[in-house]
Amino acid sequence: MKFEVFVTLKKEVLDPQGKAVENALGDIGLNTIKNIRQGKYFTLEVSENDENKASDLVKSSCEKLLANQTIENFKFNKI
Amino acid sequence: MKANVIVFPGSNCDRDVKVALEKFQIQTTMVWHQENEMPKSDVVVLPGGFSYGDYLRCGSMASKSNIMNEVIKHADKGGYLIGICNGFQILTETGLLPGALLRNKKLKFICKYVNLLIENNSTPFTSKYKKNEKIKIPIAHNEGNYFADEKTLNELQNNEQIVLKYCDENLNINEESNPNGSCLNIAGIINKNKNVIGMMPHPERCVENILGGTDGSGIFQSLLN
Repeated sequence: MKFEVFVTLKKEVLDPQGKAVENALGDIGLNTIKNIRQGKYFTLEVSENDENKASDLVKSSCEKLLANQTIENFKFNKI
Repeated sequence: MKANVIVFPGSNCDRDVKVALEKFQIQTTMVWHQENEMPKSDVVVLPGGFSYGDYLRCGSMASKSNIMNEVIKHADKGGYLIGICNGFQILTETGLLPGALLRNKKLKFICKYVNLLIENNSTPFTSKYKKNEKIKIPIAHNEGNYFADEKTLNELQNNEQIVLKYCDENLNINEESNPNGSCLNIAGIINKNKNVIGMMPHPERCVENILGGTDGSGIFQSLLN
């Protein structure tokens, strides 16, 4: 079963990389694009046929390693 | 006194720490991260470097290493634990210290001497310094921007857990004297039990005049007290 995971910085955490990307877009004339926040995208496969069990495993992998919940949020979908 | 220095793939300050510890007659053993046990010691050091190439997040993979179970047990029993630079990042990833270390505000790797204020000298790691003393120790990091939410920062202040702050020559603590954007100019913090310290500056690089200074010596000398 395949999943995709999005890990993003919490809104109160400064994202200087997103800001730098936003500035660079401004430099190439795309200055109406604002509030860029950079994050991480994972795809993963779970060897499990039960969707609920698989979701629990993905959630656990996010909580234990893929995201640092002090600074990041995560969400995931089956794909 | 005995110390263990944990070596991860990508650690690069491990041998410098050993040299510094041994300069102060602290008998040091290097312990590979895949080990399931380590010799009994008074202090464990998580050294600087780029464990696991800083993949995913700095310190995240190292925090899940085999040996970290033993390191956490050591700290839970009250043993001294020091995380320097990448070691500090590993400590926040394990949850032994609160907060997280983000990319430097100006997105640059910074390698230079900085002025630090000793905010708390009543810890086992800073007792050789005077309170509000200014020391000069090098930093070398890309992710040293200490972040914690408002509640955690308040707790750190109320419990006197902030040990080192970035300052200027005249002890001013402000945006100009903050090299990386850290909340409250934080350069080093300690846990509530006062036996686990994390710091971005590298005291081990600052224990010989020939290397530019000896202000880092106090950290190692304090341990001996």
